[in-house]
Amino acid sequence: MHMADALVSPAVAGTMYAVSAAAAGYSIYKVKKEDDASKIPVMGVMGAFVFAAQMINFTIPGTGSSGHLCGGMLLSALLGPYAGFLTMIGVLFVQCLMFADGGLLALGCNIWNMAFYGCFIGSILIWKFIMKNGVSKKKITIASILGCVITLQLGAFSVTLETLASGITKLSFGAFVSVMQPIHLAIGLVEGIITACVLVFVYEARPELLWGIGGSSEKLKNRFSLKKTVAILAAAAVVIAGGLSLAASQYPDGLEWSIEKLTGDTELESDGEIYDKASQVQDTTAVLPDYSFKDSDSAAGTSVSGIAGALMVVAVCTAGCFIFRFFKNKKVKISE
Amino acid sequence: MNDLKRTSDRMRRLEVTAQKKGWLNDIHPTSKLFVTLACIILVISINQYNLPGLLGMCIYPVVLFVIGEISIKEFLYRLRIILPLVCLVGIFNPVFDKRPMFYIGSVCVTYGVISMITLMLKGVLTISAAYLLASTTPIEKICAALRHLHFPKMIVTVILLIYRYMSLLMSEASRMTQAYMLRAPGHKGIHIKAWGSFAGNLLIRSIDKAKTVYDSMILRGFDGEINYTGYKKMSVNDYVYMMAWFVVLLVIRTFM
Repeated sequence: MHMADALVSPAVAGTMYAVSAAAAGYSIYKVKKEDDASKIPVMGVMGAFVFAAQMINFTIPGTGSSGHLCGGMLLSALLGPYAGFLTMIGVLFVQCLMFADGGLLALGCNIWNMAFYGCFIGSILIWKFIMKNGVSKKKITIASILGCVITLQLGAFSVTLETLASGITKLSFGAFVSVMQPIHLAIGLVEGIITACVLVFVYEARPELLWGIGGSSEKLKNRFSLKKTVAILAAAAVVIAGGLSLAASQYPDGLEWSIEKLTGDTELESDGEIYDKASQVQDTTAVLPDYSFKDSDSAAGTSVSGIAGALMVVAVCTAGCFIFRFFKNKKVKISE
Repeated sequence: MNDLKRTSDRMRRLEVTAQKKGWLNDIHPTSKLFVTLACIILVISINQYNLPGLLGMCIYPVVLFVIGEISIKEFLYRLRIILPLVCLVGIFNPVFDKRPMFYIGSVCVTYGVISMITLMLKGVLTISAAYLLASTTPIEKICAALRHLHFPKMIVTVILLIYRYMSLLMSEASRMTQAYMLRAPGHKGIHIKAWGSFAGNLLIRSIDKAKTVYDSMILRGFDGEINYTGYKKMSVNDYVYMMAWFVVLLVIRTFM
């Protein structure tokens, strides 16, 4: 996915250098704030490791081809987003200068497409979110695969946008995207699995090396109990459904707005026996038609509708969970 | 020979070329860095239908390859990494842009064909500019120049450390790969069962190595910045070299 200089215009290259420089500046500030002098040699050696590991061929079973490690996700899972991002900048710089893999002027684009998404999105939004309530092998695998796939898709999409914004190709946006995205989906999957294998090994051998999982047990102790959480959520639901529903917009929603633009009315008129029957059934069964009491426009009707709706949703979800658990337990008993 | 060994050898060759004594190698790294960036910016700013302008820009790599006695074979080998993506992007231009530009005899040359050729030429020229910088200037000197230009200390230090430990870890990974291949003859790569343990072992060893590296750096007085020995100020020759190339490249860019 390394972009060459020939694929970007000076304006796009300059813009991407500016945004990448901003992300780098922020990362330097964050790493400095940690005040851990030993981190810099670790960053350097880890960058060298990514370099070496990317040259190892991992055979993909049944295909005859091989895959490689996903550097961004691995670095951010070990060093965190900021140190990982700075290390990836170093890796990309050396790749571009020593191996002609990516251009000097397109370095800003490459940093954004590979390092930014891989480290910031991959670690802060995916890794940290999945590891929020503790770590397990399954979670590491999910986070690695999801992280690699999503960040590679974002990177490939950015390559398309940057190339098209540079006016380099006559390919249409649709055609370019349909070439780039599927290829990187397959690459992301393979890279994700390899990265997951390595991180699971590290978790088994030296779990303290993984970022974003230390201290989670301490946090778990201080969390709210299930009862407290449910009580707070119930209170919030009552306030929102009963109180804030009164302030709901009178304007049509997005779909109604679109229909109004096309037909002049927010609802589509339908004729036919089936439609009439369905309408009759709805009129008979609807206790609170149009979110208010029958034949009344009082504000209390809206509040009651909101609270009743919320309670019904909770009841349906709970019933669904119990039914699911009932069948699941039955299945386990049969298999035993 | 595996990929790691090949890459390691290629790096060593580039290092030897960059460190040899010569007129071009002795030019100040800051001067060469600016000329390289100027060349790349001017090349990519040329209009996609201006083939003569791009051909004029070829003077830069041609002169430097000759003066610096740099291997073209090695350069051509490097093109294989990045040129396929450039070709993939450019190859559709003749299909979508069929407007006739000029005729050679009875053969019509379209705008699409010209834009495809210029895109590929731009790819070759920009890669050659970066390659010429790397093969005439050791990375330590480039990093010293970057630091002199107030590039962030942390990033420059990480680049230098990556470069220093790259060959060490690559040779370690190469030994591990060779040992694996000897135990699993006929295998093309690492089997799925060993994916985690193979790279994971290398990773844990690397982290342990990083700690040892840090301890040894502290013992040698590391205070967060690597000292760049032998960094000298730009001389008149360096300024002349830089200005001469600026003028030549700008003249080509403006008048061709």
